[in-house]
Amino acid sequence: MSILVNKNTKLLVQGITGRDGSFHTKKMIEYGTNVVGGVSPGKSGQLVHGVPVFNTVADAIKSTGANTSVIFVPAPFAADAILEASEAGIELVIAISEGVPTLDMVRVTPYLKKRGTKLVGANCPGLISPDEAMVGILPGNIFLKGNIGLMSRSGTLTYEMVYQLTSNGLGQSTCVGIGGDPVAGLYYEELLQMFEEDPETEAIVLIGEIGGDAEERAAQYIKEHITKPVVGFIGGLTAPPGKRMGHAGAIISSGTGTGAEKIAAFEAVGVQVARQPSEIPELLKKLLKI
Amino acid sequence: MKIHEYQAKEILARYEIPVTNEILCYTVGEVEAAAQKLGFPAVVKAQVLTGGRGKAGGVKLVRNAEEANVAAEKILGMDIKGFIVEKVLVAQGVSFVSEIYAGLTIDRNAKSVVLMASREGGVEIEEVAKDNPGAILKFAIDPDLGVAPFFARKIAFALFGNDMNLVRQATDLFQKLYKVFIDTDASLVEINPLVITSDGNLLALDGKMTFDDNALFRQPEILALNEPSEDEKKEILAKEKGLSYIRLDGSIGCMVNGAGLAMATMDMIKLYGGEPANFLDIGGSSNPQKVIDAMNLILSDKNVKVIMINIFGGITRCDDVAKGLIAALEQIKIQIPIVIRLSGTNSKEGLEILKSASLPTVETMSEAAQKAISLSVDFLR
Repeated sequence: MSILVNKNTKLLVQGITGRDGSFHTKKMIEYGTNVVGGVSPGKSGQLVHGVPVFNTVADAIKSTGANTSVIFVPAPFAADAILEASEAGIELVIAISEGVPTLDMVRVTPYLKKRGTKLVGANCPGLISPDEAMVGILPGNIFLKGNIGLMSRSGTLTYEMVYQLTSNGLGQSTCVGIGGDPVAGLYYEELLQMFEEDPETEAIVLIGEIGGDAEERAAQYIKEHITKPVVGFIGGLTAPPGKRMGHAGAIISSGTGTGAEKIAAFEAVGVQVARQPSEIPELLKKLLKI
Repeated sequence: MKIHEYQAKEILARYEIPVTNEILCYTVGEVEAAAQKLGFPAVVKAQVLTGGRGKAGGVKLVRNAEEANVAAEKILGMDIKGFIVEKVLVAQGVSFVSEIYAGLTIDRNAKSVVLMASREGGVEIEEVAKDNPGAILKFAIDPDLGVAPFFARKIAFALFGNDMNLVRQATDLFQKLYKVFIDTDASLVEINPLVITSDGNLLALDGKMTFDDNALFRQPEILALNEPSEDEKKEILAKEKGLSYIRLDGSIGCMVNGAGLAMATMDMIKLYGGEPANFLDIGGSSNPQKVIDAMNLILSDKNVKVIMINIFGGITRCDDVAKGLIAALEQIKIQIPIVIRLSGTNSKEGLEILKSASLPTVETMSEAAQKAISLSVDFLR
């Protein structure tokens, strides 16, 4: 088991003929992900790395039975691509595109809810269930199959953490990059619950960063609903207030959203917070009594 | 992106939201003339792209021409948190009976726009939130409905009870405020205070707007209002080259791929007792030119004593980073030490390229931070 993506994932790539879409389609296929089709309006009939291209998501689903879609289209068109996937019946959409306007995400959210579509991202690296499926731009070679569930607002910081886990023999059930935007799809609470219910996951790593109060809410959720051990990390402790640290959502505004508050919230509910990525494996080993 | 109060109020006025009569001035002479024209009392307000101008003495009530002169002399040229006041707004003095707060922003958790309103206006809303959270009314807005008349009315009644004069005005104002927010891709629209004047009218005494940077591509009129500070100009130039840069005060220049890892790198340097000179995310591409641009950017800060490069390859392949580094080092004479840490996609190839060019590499992030700090200390000696 794992969450969200697995051997049954039949993946579509929206924006497959673009530079990034094409490059990462190849990487996903090499990893073993079942990429069944691509979408690029006007490019129907082409093949990209052997994958058939369709004009619309609906056409692609009809021919391939796809259930998951990953979006590589430029940010101004990302919301439309998400809606197209949802309307056509895709169950899980992963939006990699960076720079999507916040109000676009606000507009798509109720529609996805109505359709029951799950969204990961935007502005995220995707997700992976090692040895089953990798969807997005993650470097597959650093992951190891195992029992740690991981979620993170950052891409490269996720790789850093995973590298530490894998080199310490701690494999992962699923790793989810939830993205760095202020309004995004699946977030801590939903993913914590999925990991809680996943029999394969034994412990959870939550990688947060400055901005907003999602980590504080996650801490409360963990206290009330999560029985599995959780270890945290917060990026941006040294970030100056009022400055957007790369990610649109990573900003301390009016004194709220600081790293110190988030660490305090986690520690108040007994979640241990690593001060640097290399401490995560030790904390996990202690909690799992390995 | 932020704009000035006077610009925000110009936008509000365009949507027929009542704002104070006011004139923008650049000189002492203009201030006096504006105050004479508007009549006394008048208020002279510094226009700077930062908060806390009231506390800094950047807002003065003036009762006559002489006071207007004194206030203008004092405020023009004033330094407020590093921002020099180059223009002031002279606004007609208004007699009012009550101060209200009205604002729209994005609620990350509700994933929607929220309208906030409070009878306790005139002070920072964050203070009210801390001291008396019950005094703030918050309404999440369904994007399919927007602020429909019934919705605006609901909020207006909650705020003003059965005072139909105010309820009618507020119902109208909330709808317009939402239209402003949506039309401009704002991330914040705030009127604080929105006053009830002595003759019973709602009037915006102040106005504040910030905008979603991700949406500026479709907001050319808003983008034209941008007045970047010196540091922000550097950030914008960096952005045009695909780099995300923020200058800090330390001595260790950082070049990292990914915003999260860049933050963690800064934190790591601080953890071991050093000070980062910048946040710099070279982003998700493997273009060697980016590395050259990044290097130039770091070196433009004369406080930098050491450069720490921390790359974890996902979308950015390590071999390309290595080639870019070597190309950059051939182009720029770098007099200061560099510490490089590469890992991830194609890291083996990347490390071999660096080794064959006799560049120093370390294996872990903490090693890199410690090495960079010790090198910066040696350099100072």
